[in-house]
Amino acid sequence: MERTRLYYRAQGFEKDYVWASHEETPFTPLAKPLPECTVTLVTTAVAHPDIPKPVRKAESIPFSEVPDSFLTDELSWDKETTHTDDRESYFPVESLNALTDEGVIGSLAKHFHFVPTQYSHRATKEEDAPAIAAACRKDGVDIALLVPI
Amino acid sequence: MVIGSAMDIVTHCKVPRYLHNDLPLGNPLGEPGDRVAHKETLLNALALTSADSPIVKVSALQWSGDSDWKSAYNRVDDSNRESLLKMGEENRRRRAANKSRGLTR
Repeated sequence: MERTRLYYRAQGFEKDYVWASHEETPFTPLAKPLPECTVTLVTTAVAHPDIPKPVRKAESIPFSEVPDSFLTDELSWDKETTHTDDRESYFPVESLNALTDEGVIGSLAKHFHFVPTQYSHRATKEEDAPAIAAACRKDGVDIALLVPI
Repeated sequence: MVIGSAMDIVTHCKVPRYLHNDLPLGNPLGEPGDRVAHKETLLNALALTSADSPIVKVSALQWSGDSDWKSAYNRVDDSNRESLLKMGEENRRRRAANKSRGLTR
């Protein structure tokens, strides 16, 4: 974080970014065996790049509509060292389908979820996170795998 | 459950279950094309669901290339100081323009 702080300062930002932090670690035990669990993915990769970045909101998208590739260019990641040409390296839907076939998990949920990377904690905590939580409850999700790029 | 490659930020946030892969940001499941690693990451993450309290686990997965990426990512030195400042100015200009057009949340 100190490294990123210095990186932002070098860009001329006067106020240091404040990363989100819970006061206490939230925790709910898993109530079922894994082979009975419905699993979903939450990604920061952009499925609908036509929506302008500043107004992107959480979206719940059917797994049947997973794009062949997501937009990742606008996110911060190590573009000098690696690439995101392989969707599975950040959105492992095929691997999860295989684990379903093998009976390791019960099933994939109907939807996956996009959460935009947001400067505003308020937008994430008060709008995006509750929207995704509600959509997960509607889908009967037991395990949400948050896989930020 | 979080699967990622940003130990300090995720642990600062305090999440119930975190599987950390010590890899360059961009491929939290493992290197591109490495299906074995991707599956292993998922199995490692799913195994954390048996914990009865918050848990952080660091996987054994390692980047196959050299380790220069750790010191190179987000570096600031004389070679990029000027371009970083320009990047920041462009960012602030874009944000202000978006705000004036009502493109904000």
